[in-house]
Amino acid sequence: MDSMLPPPVRRIALDRDPTVAPARPPVNGAPTATPTAAPVAARTPRPRPAGTLVSERMRAESVWLAYGENWVVRDVSLPMRQGEVLALIGASGSGKTTFLRSLNRLTEITAGAARSGRITLDGQEIHELEVNDLRQRVSMVFQQPNPFPMSIFDNVAYALAERGRRRRRRTPELEEAVADALRRAGLYEEVAGDLDRPALKLSGGQQQRLCIARALAVQPEVLLLDEPCSALDPISTATIEELIVELRESVAVVIVTHNLQQAFRVADHVAFMHLGELVEYGPSEQVFDHPTVQRTRDYISGAFG
Amino acid sequence: MATGAPNQARRSSPAVTDRRAELTLGALAVSVLVLVGLMLATVAIKAWPSFSANGLAWFGPGGDVVTQFRAMHAGVPLPGHSLLYFRAWPLIWGTLLVTVIAVVLALIASTLAAIFLTEFAPAPVRRVLEPVVRLLAGVPSVVYGLIGILAIAPWVNENLISNSRKQSVAYVVQLNGDNLMTAALILTVMILPIMVALSAQALSSVPASWREGSAALGVNRWRTIWRVSLRTARPAIAAAIVLATARALGEAIMLAMVSGGRPFAANPLDGITFLFEPVQPLGATIVQEFGGQTTGAVANTIYAIAAVLLVSAAFLSFAGWAVKQPLKRYGIGV
Amino acid sequence: MATAELGGRRTPPAVAQPPREDISSWPLIDRIAYWLCWATGIALCAIAAAIVLFMLVKGISYLRPSLLLHSPAPSLHQSQSGGFLDPIIGTLIVTLIGILLAAPVGVALAAWLSEYGRPAWLARAVESSIEMIAGVPSIVLAIFGLIIFSQSFLGFLSSQASDGAVTAQSFLVAGIVMAVLALPLVFGATREALSQLPARLREASYALGKTRATTTWRVLLPSIRPGIAGGVVLSMGRIIGDTAIIVILLGTTLKNEPNGGVPVLGTLRGTGSTLTSYVYGNSPAGEGNAPQKAYAAAFVLLMMVLALNALVTRLTTGRTPRSSRPFPGARFWPLGR
Repeated sequence: MDSMLPPPVRRIALDRDPTVAPARPPVNGAPTATPTAAPVAARTPRPRPAGTLVSERMRAESVWLAYGENWVVRDVSLPMRQGEVLALIGASGSGKTTFLRSLNRLTEITAGAARSGRITLDGQEIHELEVNDLRQRVSMVFQQPNPFPMSIFDNVAYALAERGRRRRRRTPELEEAVADALRRAGLYEEVAGDLDRPALKLSGGQQQRLCIARALAVQPEVLLLDEPCSALDPISTATIEELIVELRESVAVVIVTHNLQQAFRVADHVAFMHLGELVEYGPSEQVFDHPTVQRTRDYISGAFG
Repeated sequence: MATGAPNQARRSSPAVTDRRAELTLGALAVSVLVLVGLMLATVAIKAWPSFSANGLAWFGPGGDVVTQFRAMHAGVPLPGHSLLYFRAWPLIWGTLLVTVIAVVLALIASTLAAIFLTEFAPAPVRRVLEPVVRLLAGVPSVVYGLIGILAIAPWVNENLISNSRKQSVAYVVQLNGDNLMTAALILTVMILPIMVALSAQALSSVPASWREGSAALGVNRWRTIWRVSLRTARPAIAAAIVLATARALGEAIMLAMVSGGRPFAANPLDGITFLFEPVQPLGATIVQEFGGQTTGAVANTIYAIAAVLLVSAAFLSFAGWAVKQPLKRYGIGV
Repeated sequence: MATAELGGRRTPPAVAQPPREDISSWPLIDRIAYWLCWATGIALCAIAAAIVLFMLVKGISYLRPSLLLHSPAPSLHQSQSGGFLDPIIGTLIVTLIGILLAAPVGVALAAWLSEYGRPAWLARAVESSIEMIAGVPSIVLAIFGLIIFSQSFLGFLSSQASDGAVTAQSFLVAGIVMAVLALPLVFGATREALSQLPARLREASYALGKTRATTTWRVLLPSIRPGIAGGVVLSMGRIIGDTAIIVILLGTTLKNEPNGGVPVLGTLRGTGSTLTSYVYGNSPAGEGNAPQKAYAAAFVLLMMVLALNALVTRLTTGRTPRSSRPFPGARFWPLGR
């Protein structure tokens, strides 16, 4: 191997005609989007059906976060809107996961975490809300699927039983709520036959969808996803990405991903973070096609990361 | 095996030494099996006379254990019975009472303490508590017995048992500081450390992803512990219960010093007084009745009691294994 | 949305530390559970402190150097006369015999199981047997010893009465049964230490053409010396603290009574006492009524056992991850003493 050659880099051609497969046929009758800057796996961003309301659910203003002496997030301000998917992209260590976790106050679990700034949910500062109420309105799905060692039903019903302080009896309301959550997560048809099966017997993709169903069961207003597909195979990833796009109508979705193609596929707005700072924020077409900051351009073209 | 040895004549030697070593060690291993087999066999054989003389009624009630032993010591059988006549029910009942009470109390206390140790205790407190548990585990049973008989029993006698209570049962039995309650409480303290240690280990092995996931769903810390951590720790806690029960069953010296020394079947119908009645569990009986005899009726009876303890210990060993099986299907292993 | 300029490091503002989870928002029943946990934790500390302080106070108030140096003496004024030199010697003798027998056997068995382990049914059977031994209460082990050693062909180990009946009570007999008691502890400690050795150690030795026996003897066992030492010290603590075996197999005499004229063998074949049986004997449960001496002896006993357990911790921490061992020897916890 010639050590003089630089390591291969996945380059996204920003100024050349696509030489790979032609753009896919238009979806929902919308005009074909043939981006001049086509990512290697060409897929059109899903257009928003006409008439969808986009309302702001959460807003972060000048958020600073530190672990001990280390400032991990510096002065980040972002809105999170229902009806759209916000993708946080950036290299490892850019603080995007920490920022995500601060949205449902999960950073408080770690000793030595400090914060500054304002995060509001529907206008209310989240640190004034009761933390468990907050977490049921702002739900989170983690990178590694973590279903509890219980049956599928018990997993989805887990937080529900707490909220209503109901015993874990199978009331019809509970069963309906569980079925509804599983349907929204796209898992219902696959597991409806036996909801008492141990959750750990499901496949990786199914487990992650179960975790999504579990998070949806409490009817959250915001759904936070921390690299939900990084541990999954491509087919499960595709299924979950379709899910995310469907869900955005009813919840504000914030997804952290280090996979640029995934961000391109699912996001409506993109925020690029680097070393804790918010470098660029804008609609995904704009950030991917015409990034205004050089560093963004470098990241998207694969110069680092 | 190495075949590259330059000296042809020595090629077989390492293999032979290895084989010899393996055979020697294997013989040692077999001798351990022989030892255990011998233990089971000899205890069974020596216990047989007492069981065959009494049949299943050996385990039942009938007469007074003290009189029976006295007859055996004197070599004069009780009228109408053989020299080996023996009814162990008061002893068995005493063992059951002391063991069950101690295990139940220890289970509650150890679960709470383990949760405290792993979840709620601030770091300096945790640093103190861990050596404390180790310390408690190391105290010999005779020291527990001494504290019991010289300090706790007199205190109980003075302060908790009123004279009227003593009068109420004086015609049947004498109430004293060494009784069921004292014995059960000290036994609880004796088996607490092992249960706390095993439960705490199980709780701290619960994967952080489950606890984080539960917190992210808006479930408060206690509920998370109750519904996820304890559930995950159940097999380990069950195993700890079995271990603690075996410990409690086998305890002989402390109970001999503190439980009352009178083989009396404490009667729950007596109400609170029931707690102050003396008992004599099986292990304590062996210690108290053994007078150096290796043959004769007393010896045979003692061997029979030892056989009962041995069978219970073996049974608990098996139970310890069996209790870990069910929750494996949900992904909780031990 | 305005983009931030990189390189402009604005100073971070003053921060608010987020609080730990606020209990006041919990439902009442959860709060009660929380307080109960705290109460139990503190009660545990209090009990331990009470035990240690009580023994400390009583022990120190009754302990005099003369007690450690004199033998028990029969006297009407038990609180003034004699000491417990004999029981201390007795404890040492029994412990020594027990360790000398149990340690080699335990290490050899663990090495066999770990490195050879053929045939598989034998390995499993041996494992189960040792676990069974660990589970047997020491009083039952004592009775077993009584049965075996009261056979006349083993009479040389203890004393034989004129009519041929064997008493089966002597230091030798007690020591042998103590070895059985200690075996699972040494076995377990060695086995655990062997399992923690990295595979490359064995592979390196085999790759050099060494046999399994040589590897085990020259490479593996020397590497786990601290682990073996931990197991040995743990079983020493166990032996020292055991009373049931002593009471049955050594008798409750207070002085050491040698059997026969031969110097060492006579003592070994004779009866005597150890600290544990001395405490038992002097308490109201035994014949003596010298609680002061019982306290003093119990104090010495407690200090010995606690020191040994602390030594075990020193020997074994740092070698195994904390989460995998609650405390040394926990699996083979003493079942009845």
